[in-house]
Amino acid sequence: MKKLLLATALLAMTAGFATAQTVRLGTEGAYPPFNFIDDSGEVAGFERDVGDELCKRAALTCEWVTNEWDSIIPNLQSGNYDVIIAGMSITAERDEVIDFSQNYFPPAASAYVALSADADIKAGVVSAQVSTIQAGYVAESGATVLEFATPDESIAAVRNGEAVAVFADKDFLAPIVAESNGELMFVGEPVQLGGGVGLGLRESDTELKGKLDAAITSMKEDGSLNALIEKHFGAEAAKF
Amino acid sequence: MFAFCADPKAIEGLQWLSCYLTTGKHLDFYWSFVTVLVLLAITAPSALMMGFGGAMAARSQFLPLRMLGKGYTSMVRGIPDIVFFLFFVIALDQGIEWLVHQVRCPDWTEPVRQGLEFRVCPEAKVPPGSADQIWHQIYGFGIAVFTFAIVFGAFAANVLYGAMQAVPRAQLETGEAYGMSQGQVFRRILMPQMWVYALPGLSNLWMILIKATPLLFLLGVRDIVYWARELGGMKTQAFDYPHPDWRLYYFLFLLVFYLCFTKVSEIVLSRVSARLSKGQATAAGEAMRKAGA
Repeated sequence: MKKLLLATALLAMTAGFATAQTVRLGTEGAYPPFNFIDDSGEVAGFERDVGDELCKRAALTCEWVTNEWDSIIPNLQSGNYDVIIAGMSITAERDEVIDFSQNYFPPAASAYVALSADADIKAGVVSAQVSTIQAGYVAESGATVLEFATPDESIAAVRNGEAVAVFADKDFLAPIVAESNGELMFVGEPVQLGGGVGLGLRESDTELKGKLDAAITSMKEDGSLNALIEKHFGAEAAKF
Repeated sequence: MFAFCADPKAIEGLQWLSCYLTTGKHLDFYWSFVTVLVLLAITAPSALMMGFGGAMAARSQFLPLRMLGKGYTSMVRGIPDIVFFLFFVIALDQGIEWLVHQVRCPDWTEPVRQGLEFRVCPEAKVPPGSADQIWHQIYGFGIAVFTFAIVFGAFAANVLYGAMQAVPRAQLETGEAYGMSQGQVFRRILMPQMWVYALPGLSNLWMILIKATPLLFLLGVRDIVYWARELGGMKTQAFDYPHPDWRLYYFLFLLVFYLCFTKVSEIVLSRVSARLSKGQATAAGEAMRKAGA
């Protein structure tokens, strides 16, 4: 009798796992306004709103987890979460190891920010976050790239003189420049990089990818995605 | 937390500070101190036990056991901690899932390794994908304790091995002369005397363990250093409490915390050392005997 009960319980448990699958969304939580940890300790920002809406439309139960940027792809592959939603630009290099959904943020400009207008961004030391398309671009531009684990540290490096400029997404830098009381400024021309920001998925997760792609399409069609972009990035941001 | 915190941008001075220091994020920061202390409280005894087992194995008369003990200590001691923490944890996690996969999903036909991907059936996920975030955190914490215990256990094994060898042979011979068996000599003579020789090495390890807790972040556990960096970083108007780069103050606070913790440890360890030296045939024990006489 006991064995029978145990077997039934086990069966019920495994059956429960199979039906109620939770999709775990992995983000960095350090890249405002894309994603950050707000003052109550929750993931917030543009991607929080987009992710919650996508899950609602695709009828998925979602859970947010944070992971440091540097190991965000390996941890997706080993199955610690199912989706990367962390301001990750779609590039051919990344597409070889993981799959991307269609973009939910249009291809955007990256820009240099420095303490003075005559900063040497062509041959000086330029800081960037490690393993980003910006870090790759700086390395090829002839400047010396100085990489940091978090975006925040790459900006601090400019303030304390370790680097002459920082190179990152313009949308990430804009509020920081605006609030620096004239200390920081954009230098040089903005550069177009990458194919927009997309969700990163395991290559074998084609079913989940299909659901999320459909949800993104529906958000693009009814204009709710543009509304969220405007809410978090201002009226001048690039839209679909 | 307080009623006047409803609109953080309208308040100033001390009121602002009291609201700022009681945000949900700061409460997470305070809880992470508890996490670190709990980790130390569990890891230290388990590492000591691993070490004791390792030292016993290394002293064993039975060759395979001796090789196991020696192999464990020299391998773990030789590998840089950070490599161990990155590689071993992933291997352990995947190993557990692979085993569960073999038991629960015998009919699964797809390969578990697909290129760089590690893919087991959904039922074999540990903890299950539908489990609350808290279970993922507890699992991560458990893995962290286990990894710390293995790494520090190897060092402790070497210290204890040395301490066991340091107990004067004459003491053990006396026990044997009274007709005690090998086990009795070990329990009654060697064990009570070895700790005084092991203590300097073990207290070193304890200090290193305290300082190694920031490695927790590599294992996905948010520790005090992670929160200090996160909270101290510059905050724009997108946050309720914007402020410039305050990491210096947060790290200074951590410095004070670690120094106080080290000081308390030193006081406790010196007491333990005095207790253990009592009646021992060492210089410290002899000095105590003379002072008492």
